Amino acid sequence: MFNFVAFIPTAVQQGIPLLYGSTGEILTQKSGNLNLGIPGVMYVGGICGVIGSFIYENHATGALNPFLAIMIPMVCSLLGSLLMGLLYCFLTVTLRANQNVTGLAMTTFGVGFGNFFGGSLIKISKLDVPSITLTKTSAFFSKSLPFAGKLGWFGKIFLSYGFLAYLSIVIALIMAFVFKHTRTGLHLRAVGENPATADAAGINVTKYKYVATCLGCMIAGLGGLYYVMDYASGVWSNDAFGDRGWLAIALVIFTLWKPDLSIFASILFGGLYVLYLYLPTNMAHMEYTELYKMIPYIITLLVLVFTSVRNKRENQPPASLGTNYFREER
Amino acid sequence: MKFHISKRDALPWQKSLFVHVVAILLAVGLIAVLCMTLTGQDPLSVFESIFSGAFGTTRRSWVTLQELSIMLIIALALTPAFKMQFWNIGGEGQVLIGSLTAASCMITLGDKLPNAAVIIIMIIASIAAGAFWGFVPALFKALWNTNETLSTLMMNYIATQLVAFFTIVWEVPKGSGKIGIINSDTMAGWLPQIVNQHFLPIVVALLCTASLFVYLKYTKHGYEITVVGESQNTARYVGIKVEKVVIRTMLLSGGMCGLAGLLLTGGINHTVTTTIAGGMGFTAVMVSWLAKFNPITMVFTSLLIVFMDRGASEVATSCGLNESFSDIMTGIILFFIIGCEFFIRYKINRTKKSGKEA
Repeated sequence: MFNFVAFIPTAVQQGIPLLYGSTGEILTQKSGNLNLGIPGVMYVGGICGVIGSFIYENHATGALNPFLAIMIPMVCSLLGSLLMGLLYCFLTVTLRANQNVTGLAMTTFGVGFGNFFGGSLIKISKLDVPSITLTKTSAFFSKSLPFAGKLGWFGKIFLSYGFLAYLSIVIALIMAFVFKHTRTGLHLRAVGENPATADAAGINVTKYKYVATCLGCMIAGLGGLYYVMDYASGVWSNDAFGDRGWLAIALVIFTLWKPDLSIFASILFGGLYVLYLYLPTNMAHMEYTELYKMIPYIITLLVLVFTSVRNKRENQPPASLGTNYFREER
Repeated sequence: MKFHISKRDALPWQKSLFVHVVAILLAVGLIAVLCMTLTGQDPLSVFESIFSGAFGTTRRSWVTLQELSIMLIIALALTPAFKMQFWNIGGEGQVLIGSLTAASCMITLGDKLPNAAVIIIMIIASIAAGAFWGFVPALFKALWNTNETLSTLMMNYIATQLVAFFTIVWEVPKGSGKIGIINSDTMAGWLPQIVNQHFLPIVVALLCTASLFVYLKYTKHGYEITVVGESQNTARYVGIKVEKVVIRTMLLSGGMCGLAGLLLTGGINHTVTTTIAGGMGFTAVMVSWLAKFNPITMVFTSLLIVFMDRGASEVATSCGLNESFSDIMTGIILFFIIGCEFFIRYKINRTKKSGKEA
């Protein structure tokens, strides 16, 4: 019998980084910026948190202060991804550079940045520790509600996660609300659909693009932080984050730019990502696990094709996605 | 002080070159500062080791040239697609699938057919496989206008998983998780060595550069690509079948990536792994763009990227730092060059008084 009680929490834990990445990218894309730098941003978000807490753990005397142990990595992570977001905006919005190229350069830089500091942090900081293992900080991040263990399967499926997991769901819900029901959301969507019209209506296109993209990057960066601090129990290993950043971008299409839908879709993708571990595998045919890992990408491709075939207006990407706005060029 | 920005006419090439050189110098300066703070060495010795990492010995120079040619072939492959505004981010997957096909020919046909036949089948099959991997997103684009950036991206990971699947099917020995050198005893399906093992990719890259330059600049196909890239409506108006051009160009683009995969597996590594393309499919996007889609300029932009990459890994190992340092350096240089494009395409006019604004 398929073990759901064990499977669902793993799927959720796998899904949360994807949820952060995809909500961040949805916000960015709604402003018309196709940020292919999200995989890099998530690495930067993760490693900045690691650097912050590494310094704190190794310099703090006595027991860690829970508040500082959580806030220092959070702030470092948010700052790191904010800087990446500002860089992207400066290049594409202010200097009107090509978005695809800028995004890919950010991914190269971000992944390199993460792996570089992951591999060299100990040498640079001249501390005598064998590896980057932030178990103490991680304990604060993955602390679940005290009574979660007593509630059996219910507690395990719904209450067994660290606070960042719940934060991601709250962010997604708030974002869905803002898009649908507020003036800010309406303006943002107008900027993404047709910046010239939005500009004519008195909306500050540059401001909306900057704020949306930077916030988007900060949210995505938290996904990297969640991955190291909670899922990986504070152990940074190079390239462990893998292609999750690209999967997050795939999720944006899969969910048709809807953050509330992304909550379920992320968990579904997270499940597909680890499904192979739970399927009965014949030890003589380990190769099929690799085919199972292909499923998320094939599904995304099919959804992408399917939505373009149906061509329904509300399911389309923001009309100006990938193009820069230049007022004098209208 | 107020200012406004306006588009400028094409900048003379000397000025544009000057802007690029300034940007690269600024980037190099920043890298020097970074190196100093991280390694404590003086920047001159860092640049010395960068150079020695890329061209220090004869062997290193050959490897640098070989990497340069593979990077160049992939960048060239992506160029016709980019010129018609088709964002083929799927170079990585197209290279991988070419590699995989070459490897599968070597494994399954190596001991059944004469060597020449194996090699001919390999060449045809790898190019066809790469072309097919480019054809699928192109077909979706032509039929339903599916976003190609995202569909080619997904095709990358499908290719990666396919390689992972076959790696386990063909792994030697069982359970090792890798294929190892294929036909190491018979050398069946190994591409012939001219001069030395690094020489063949260099020749192929030069041929590709020359023929793509001619193809884009002097043929009807090249003209059609340019028109489609400038405006699809104009293209339709003058009677160009846009869908046909998209599919044909992507077949070419994917096919050339498949060729790069063939060289990687058949000529250089004699094996296939999921990381055999090593992110070059993505880096090539930037190489091609940096060269403004000009095949000749691309030789220099890929030299710049490969040189920095190999040099930086030398710096990293000599200082005991992680070799991902090269990605950071590449990133910094790219950011500066991407940024400097602005000063080539636009000019900033100061306006002293209101009322003079455009």
